[in-house]
Amino acid sequence: MNFEKVVFGFFIVLALTLNFGFFIGDIDNPDHHNVYELYAAIVVSLIATVLKFGERTQMGAVLLATSLVADLQLITAAIVWAWAVHMTDVGLTPLVMSSIVSLSGGALLANITSVVLLIIETATLRR
Amino acid sequence: MERNPTNLATHSVVSLVLRRMRRPLIILICSYAIAVLGMVLIPGVDDQGQPWRMDFFHAFYFVSYMATTIGFGEIPYAFTDAQRGWATFSMYMTVIAWLYAIGNILTLIQDPALKRAVTENQFFRSVARIREPFYLVCGYGDTGSLVIRGLSQRGIRAVALDIEQHRINELLLTDHELYVPGLTGNAADSELLRLSGLASPHCIGVMALTDDDHANLKIAITSKLLRPKLRVICRAEDKSVQANMASFGTDYIFNPFDSFADQLAIALHSPNMHKIFEWLTQLRETPLVEHEPPPHGRWIICGYGRFGKAVNKYMKMEGLQTVIIEAHPDKTGCTEDCIEGRGTEAVTLRVANIKDSVGIVAGTNDDANNLSIIMTAKDLKPDIYTVARQNRRRNSIIFDAADINLTAQHSRILALKILSLATVPLLNEFFHQARHMSEDWAAELVERLRTLAHGNSPDIWMVTIDAQCTPPVTDARLCGRRVFLGHLTSNPHDRDHQLRCLPLMLTRERQHQLLPGPSILLEAGDQLLMAGSYGTADSMLRTQHDYNVLRYIETGETRPDGLVWRWLAKKTNT
Repeated sequence: MNFEKVVFGFFIVLALTLNFGFFIGDIDNPDHHNVYELYAAIVVSLIATVLKFGERTQMGAVLLATSLVADLQLITAAIVWAWAVHMTDVGLTPLVMSSIVSLSGGALLANITSVVLLIIETATLRR
Repeated sequence: MERNPTNLATHSVVSLVLRRMRRPLIILICSYAIAVLGMVLIPGVDDQGQPWRMDFFHAFYFVSYMATTIGFGEIPYAFTDAQRGWATFSMYMTVIAWLYAIGNILTLIQDPALKRAVTENQFFRSVARIREPFYLVCGYGDTGSLVIRGLSQRGIRAVALDIEQHRINELLLTDHELYVPGLTGNAADSELLRLSGLASPHCIGVMALTDDDHANLKIAITSKLLRPKLRVICRAEDKSVQANMASFGTDYIFNPFDSFADQLAIALHSPNMHKIFEWLTQLRETPLVEHEPPPHGRWIICGYGRFGKAVNKYMKMEGLQTVIIEAHPDKTGCTEDCIEGRGTEAVTLRVANIKDSVGIVAGTNDDANNLSIIMTAKDLKPDIYTVARQNRRRNSIIFDAADINLTAQHSRILALKILSLATVPLLNEFFHQARHMSEDWAAELVERLRTLAHGNSPDIWMVTIDAQCTPPVTDARLCGRRVFLGHLTSNPHDRDHQLRCLPLMLTRERQHQLLPGPSILLEAGDQLLMAGSYGTADSMLRTQHDYNVLRYIETGETRPDGLVWRWLAKKTNT
């Protein structure tokens, strides 16, 4: 067992599960989407990105790319949240909430791609 | 430090930095995450004393300015003691994380491996950007530096490789006419050689000029295997290495000692020919030096190393009597009448019978000893002809001061030979042809060369008569007009005067004609070797490129060209 691979897989899967946890629920209902979960998803996603830095394989490059997409989407969602609640007085209207959740949905897709790639890599590894 | 350049080519510097920054970045992200989460979870009170919790936006804002030690204070409301406690803890945690990350970046920048990777990448990129013909010069020693200087004076780009860092530093500090990229590295490494320009379609030749015969051999064979058509010019001191290089088709192999001995033989044989050879291969605008011709008679050769052997061989061929002084006769294989000693002491020179000798060659591999030999010899016999071998270029001032008749700085001789070969290939052929000419012919040419460039060494260039290089000439020939060599050498401003130039040789269908006269008819495919003062080549270019200038020289008629003018001219004529 390779400890590095465990950590790597752990963060990639955790990024996906947290992202999914935040995404699930009515798209425009703020009660269904916890801000802490979004926060945790962002932190884990960032760590997963850094873990992929400097990877020299083709797979590593694609994983880094999908991870960067997830970061971008989640951070945009967080900025939209902060903008609606704090910077303006719009508040968490159904419109704002649905755009936040749909952004995180995009990140979810990227994270799913990451996990699928990870599974493919593991499956093709004959060692 | 020995590094494999293959790795460097494949990993970019960015990935190297990213890999090393992994841990500091993760520590930074984690410490921020913990600090932000704590600020959100710890309850506080607002200005009305109501329970209040910081949200993520404010927490991130607070942690951002706290961690970077900017510190805007407690906003939006004054903190409770619990919050202050957490803030204290977070401050130390995040600041330490930052220090760790910055420390890591600084070490990374200082890292010799990274610096090396950056300089190598810069070098490979600047080589790949060269879009004009260039030479790859391996070895930036006395010979290499002179060759590169000469090449850039003639507008030919070069790339330098040397195993010694200090020589490349010297290259970076030297102000060449053209930018010369240089890298410290082992030129015998084939991968490095490939990346340093061997693979480039613009590379026109490789010069292996290091002082290590084996490295030169490796460079030559690498170049010949990877780019069989490339010109490879090699320096080799050992006869067996020379033969080895020749076996796989190295184009030119030079032995620095033989080159000088050959020149000395020419000087003995025909002093004027020696002058021609020397004057035509000088660097840009060097004043012409008139050496006193070496006398015939009995010569003393001090030092029977490779230099001494070469000189002895060529002197014997000229029919001179030689006496050899050598410190270690058994080691150097000196069998015939050899006097044991250094030659720096008067005793040894007296034993060698200096009074009856006409000349002395100080040919050891130590510059101080050579100078000492010359000084001692001059003391014993003031009018003796002196030839000294100069090993280091830096010693030029003392050799100049010693007032020596002929100084053999073999690195310089080699460099000049290589330069003339690389820049004007026809010159080599000219020398080949000129060797068979008489001493009177040479004396006449010497007179013409002396005044040609106002006492300086003349510029040497080549002109090819074809549709690309001289369109008006080929055009005139197609129209049935006859263009003579004298037309090309006329002054484009005043056709009654000739430019300050001298056609040295005309090559037509592998036939060479020395010193062609102005009445020679030019034909397509002719190659001309020209000598002249600097700037004359540019004046000649006008005649070569401008239809109107050529017509003016042919007919004396000046008029603008164009359909209307041609029609008008036809009208006035009829």
